Amino acid sequence: MSLLEVDGLSVVYGEKAVVDNLSFQLDRGESLGLVGESGAGKTQAALALMGLAHPAADVRGDIRFDGQTLTGLSERELNRVRATRIAMVFQDPLQALNPYVRVGDQLARILIEHRLADGRVARDRVIAMLERVGLAHPERQFSAFPHELSGGMRQRAMIAAALVTEPDVLIADEPTTALDVTVQAQILELLEALRDDTALLLITHDLGVVSGHCERTLVMSGGQKVEEGNTRSLFLSPSHPHTQAMVDAAPRLGAVPSPPRPRTEPVLRTSELDVDYGEHRAVQSAELTLLKGETLAIVGESGSGKSSLVRAVLGLLPASAGEVVFLGRRLGESVAERRGMTLVFQDPIASLNPQMRVRDSVAEPLRARGEADVKQRVIDMLQRVGLDERFLERYPHQLSGGQAQRVAIARAVITSPDVLVCDEAVAALDGRVRRQILELLSSLQAETGLSIVFISHDLATVEGFSHRVMVMHEGRVVEVADAAELFARPVHAQTRALLAAVPSPDPAA
Amino acid sequence: MLIPGLPEHRVVRFSLGLLLVIAVAAVVGPWMSPHDYTAVNFDALKRPPSAEHWFGTDDLGRDLFVRTMMGIRVTLIVAVVASLVSLVIGILYGAIAGLIGGRVDAVMMRLVDALFALPFVFFVILLVVVFDNNFYLVFLAIGVVNWLDMARIVRGQTLSLREREFVDAARLAGVGTPGLIVRHIAPNLIGVVIVYLTLSVPQVILMESFLSFLGLGVQEPQTSLGGLVDIGVSQLETASWILLIPAAALAVILMCFNFLGDGLRDALDARSRAS
Repeated sequence: MSLLEVDGLSVVYGEKAVVDNLSFQLDRGESLGLVGESGAGKTQAALALMGLAHPAADVRGDIRFDGQTLTGLSERELNRVRATRIAMVFQDPLQALNPYVRVGDQLARILIEHRLADGRVARDRVIAMLERVGLAHPERQFSAFPHELSGGMRQRAMIAAALVTEPDVLIADEPTTALDVTVQAQILELLEALRDDTALLLITHDLGVVSGHCERTLVMSGGQKVEEGNTRSLFLSPSHPHTQAMVDAAPRLGAVPSPPRPRTEPVLRTSELDVDYGEHRAVQSAELTLLKGETLAIVGESGSGKSSLVRAVLGLLPASAGEVVFLGRRLGESVAERRGMTLVFQDPIASLNPQMRVRDSVAEPLRARGEADVKQRVIDMLQRVGLDERFLERYPHQLSGGQAQRVAIARAVITSPDVLVCDEAVAALDGRVRRQILELLSSLQAETGLSIVFISHDLATVEGFSHRVMVMHEGRVVEVADAAELFARPVHAQTRALLAAVPSPDPAA
Repeated sequence: MLIPGLPEHRVVRFSLGLLLVIAVAAVVGPWMSPHDYTAVNFDALKRPPSAEHWFGTDDLGRDLFVRTMMGIRVTLIVAVVASLVSLVIGILYGAIAGLIGGRVDAVMMRLVDALFALPFVFFVILLVVVFDNNFYLVFLAIGVVNWLDMARIVRGQTLSLREREFVDAARLAGVGTPGLIVRHIAPNLIGVVIVYLTLSVPQVILMESFLSFLGLGVQEPQTSLGGLVDIGVSQLETASWILLIPAAALAVILMCFNFLGDGLRDALDARSRAS
């Protein structure tokens, strides 16, 4: 008998089954990867396992844990199983921690609540756990507040919280999605090293994460299981077309050669640009040159200053020193001088006004220039980005992430700008959609000679798409090179670290 | 529908229905009765409710049913108009302060603080002394005080909205400050504002009643619920219905608006929880 047996699990909202007849088993000490695109039902399934499904959801099926049926247990009985025997790590560690309570107290609370330890004993156990998850100075971190820790440290603290009760099963829901690639690699290794004989259910959309860390993999789509098996054989020879498509779409290094840089004049140049947040210098004397018709990728960890740099270029942040030259003209601080530069954001839904129809959002830049008859141009633009007239009347919440990003791109390029800045524009999208959006950007560039600045934390996304790559670290530009050259012969240590951290979806590697 | 959760709230539907009935009665009621609300009748002083005078008569023999309906009319008009005035001023003022920020914001919000510090009753007495008694003074006095809360709420919301990406996107598209307020900030404030509005209407009603009760509001022979309660209090021992009937009407209207506001707030909360 397996430790965790799920038999015919369904989670139904009204008529719609977000999880449909899902069955799987998890043995003691085993690791199972649950992969699928967003909306596949992975998280809903995990929440149902924990008895945390939304009150409006109808949960059917049978969940047996260590011989005990979990479905139909009272909240109190469930609470005893949760945290002590089945623990969970969430995607966003900042949201899962109470901002007003010291990290150590939150962890000790778990032990006290479940009467596993008390007072000094609880404190000592928590400090030992914090040390095990690799937090330096664990005694100091014990009395730190969540906002005093970095993203990676917080996720380590959450893993400590999950493992402090020595549970039998650990459910990790996208535990590294909110983190940098370099930190992601560390956290995944940590999970692997620490779990001893704790069984792991790792939920992710990223095949690279699963392939290195799970023995078995279960692929979900539309709430249903499409394939399950040994990770290695599943990835090398997927039997279901959906799995095949996911494996093909996964970003991997060296798959596509990068295009050579165009021989053109620069359209945009910055020199000695500094950006400060109060005392903190986010960008330190940055030099950036963007050629006409090229794609320049800016890569770095979060906090490396990439977003601050482009925001200063776009006039959304004031630069404290240095100059920006655009089409031969030195720019001041106003946004009005920056006609011809547009921006596409990371979160497409958030970048669209929730109260505005697609039609009006896309038309807005034209209307702001005083152009009246815009309807046909909006329709043409929507068709150009792969949408059609049916989307004109929709509101942002009626769009999928990929559709919303297409709308955002349509809005950004409808005025035929010279420079398009994409700030992590595909980071929130699934593999297949991500690739479609990148193809769209490339074809727009080929047609119009648009120059693109493409910010990403992930080198695998950038390869094959950008002509040149610029690596930033702690506010400084540490390496700029033609893409092909940079991937073949990285010079700076940070570039090498970023390259090494890219998870590979190929189990052979 | 703006608020999808609303139809499920039975208390809200009941309150909304009752308010509509009361409003229609206030408009139609006086026509249905043969009596005029100003007609004094010394043959029928302080008559209890009867078939002739449905709500009885007051100390001057005026028909209380017609007077109560007229009072509701005035009270509702004051409530709605004063709230709308404070809504428009408050949204524009708060959105401008929040969006522009910096020194403009500081000056504008200090002005709000200064107005808040004004002693309300003293201010109204001053107005009455200077301009004499005037129906429109009530609007002015309430409006001056009531938009302050709205401006603060709107400013706070604007501060958080202005950091949202779609505002940056619009700014990059070349939209100026007026466009940002009208198309991007204001429409996204509607949820909060509607809720606050239904909660502020009872405040306004109470303020108007309070002023009329003090004799500073609507003047005889015009009347409002507050004025009727004022007369009723002096007759409490001999003719209690002169107080109880308008007081009950006032209480019912206040409760309906309060339930409506609470229900709207819950409905909007539910929406944000679901999404």
